Amino acid sequence: MRTENQKAWFFVLPVLLLVAFNALIPIMTVVNYSVQETFGNNVFFWQGLDWFQQILTSERFHAALGRQFLFTFLILIIEVPLGIIVALSMPRKGVWVPVCLVLMALPMLIPWNVVGSMWNIFALPNIGLLGYFMNDVLGVNYDMTQQPFSAWVTIVVMDVWHWTSLVVLLSYAGLVSIPDAYYQAAKIDGASPWKVFRYIQLPKMKTVLTIAILLRFMDSFNIYTEPFVLTGGGPGNSTTLLSIDLVKIALGQFDLGPAAAMSLIYFAITLLVSWLFYTLMTKDDAQ
Amino acid sequence: MRKRSLIPILYIAFLMLPIYWLVAMSFKTTGEILSGFSLFPQTFTLDNYRVIFTDPTWYWGYINSIIYVSLNTVISIAVALPAAYAFSRYRFLGDKQLFFWLLTNRMAPAAVFALPFFQLYSSVGLFDTHLAVALAHCLFNIPLAVWILEGFMRGVPKELDETAYVDGYSFPRFFVTIFIPNIKAGVGVAAFFCFMFSWVEMLLAKTLTAVEAKPIAATMTRTASSAGYELGLLAAAGTLTIIPGAIVIYFVRNYIAKGFALGRV
Repeated sequence: MRTENQKAWFFVLPVLLLVAFNALIPIMTVVNYSVQETFGNNVFFWQGLDWFQQILTSERFHAALGRQFLFTFLILIIEVPLGIIVALSMPRKGVWVPVCLVLMALPMLIPWNVVGSMWNIFALPNIGLLGYFMNDVLGVNYDMTQQPFSAWVTIVVMDVWHWTSLVVLLSYAGLVSIPDAYYQAAKIDGASPWKVFRYIQLPKMKTVLTIAILLRFMDSFNIYTEPFVLTGGGPGNSTTLLSIDLVKIALGQFDLGPAAAMSLIYFAITLLVSWLFYTLMTKDDAQ
Repeated sequence: MRKRSLIPILYIAFLMLPIYWLVAMSFKTTGEILSGFSLFPQTFTLDNYRVIFTDPTWYWGYINSIIYVSLNTVISIAVALPAAYAFSRYRFLGDKQLFFWLLTNRMAPAAVFALPFFQLYSSVGLFDTHLAVALAHCLFNIPLAVWILEGFMRGVPKELDETAYVDGYSFPRFFVTIFIPNIKAGVGVAAFFCFMFSWVEMLLAKTLTAVEAKPIAATMTRTASSAGYELGLLAAAGTLTIIPGAIVIYFVRNYIAKGFALGRV
């Protein structure tokens, strides 16, 4: 279908140059830092792979990585099914559809630092709506500034609030593309709602779900601003996710070498897991 | 049927609660917020908004943000259009690898790039300009724009191109007067997503600016740290950041769901 034409490169060139400028130069800077040591004044010493070894064996990195995987796992396990359920129960057509879509997309359009601060004032005990409700109405002892568990619940609920709509929108787009004839055929065959979901709706949503899961994985794995504004990584280190820890090392302690090595390991993990997801989910298509 | 529509209603209610709280806070005085819990503002005040609309350091934060977001959207769409056309119409050496490489740029954590970006844009003399932020946001917006536009372009039959050539159209004229109007919806969706991701990203925007192009986020953090917590003011500023996005989404409401669905992965 598509014709062979090497001149197409000229069309791609502006994109290539702009993205390369933004991607290659910074990543090379990071690579540069990751193998050198500096004591200031722009004097650098060759350090080899020491920083990589130091990061890979450090307990602090393991702890942050563990928290990061736990966070991303919780996000995926909650947001994907919830998003599908909401999408399935939405009306297919009518005046309410655009209203629903606009309201649902609203959280995604709020700047990330504002998301963090609004959840902060929402969850504060005594003065926040959520904090007040939990403590004074339900009688649960809830304080995200003191208890690690409360802090975790808050950042997970915040992310569910922020991004589940992305899964909803994508799943919904997949659902409305199913022709009515499929449902009629299923009705004639007397298929149960579960069977309709399993054999008609789920396969049709597969492409968009792949995109949704990949985007949610990448973005939740790289999350920084919202939890940083909400909890600052605390109490203690309990919600210090990978990005937060990285920025602490790079800008807080100004340990550029270890921070750079950590960035590269971090990026490599993201790439590897994304690639695994991608190949697993598109395996059947290739056959 | 009744029971089913309960789920979206509950979900939307859950989404609206924190937003309601933010808006309610913005009409309270900071004293009232700190003194205890109240579901509605007891002493309704517009002072927080008055401060924002009369203090240049506040409202320039919004103007700066809107400038670099618009600039980024224009640049991203302008360079993504021909690239998406190439991906949808031609096979060329390394096309698949290039496409995947573009997507990997969405996987890089912004926190990784903050410091190198600061050095890069300082060294080319763009630090603290709107252009710096607009170009930096291209890192994740161009791949997204190419991805979305390519999906829409594949839906346009190739016969359209061929007919235009037979009729004697030059390529640029065909592209601008015939092809682009055909994928209007796609351009709208791509522009919406570029706008959205540039508008919500604050880490790079803050890193790359100091005074002249300072985004609203930087103004907000400054206020938060000085003079204790000006919670009422912060809530009003936060409420105002929702409005541009809400306006944009209203215009593309019928296309948003379609945008990603047509893209390929």
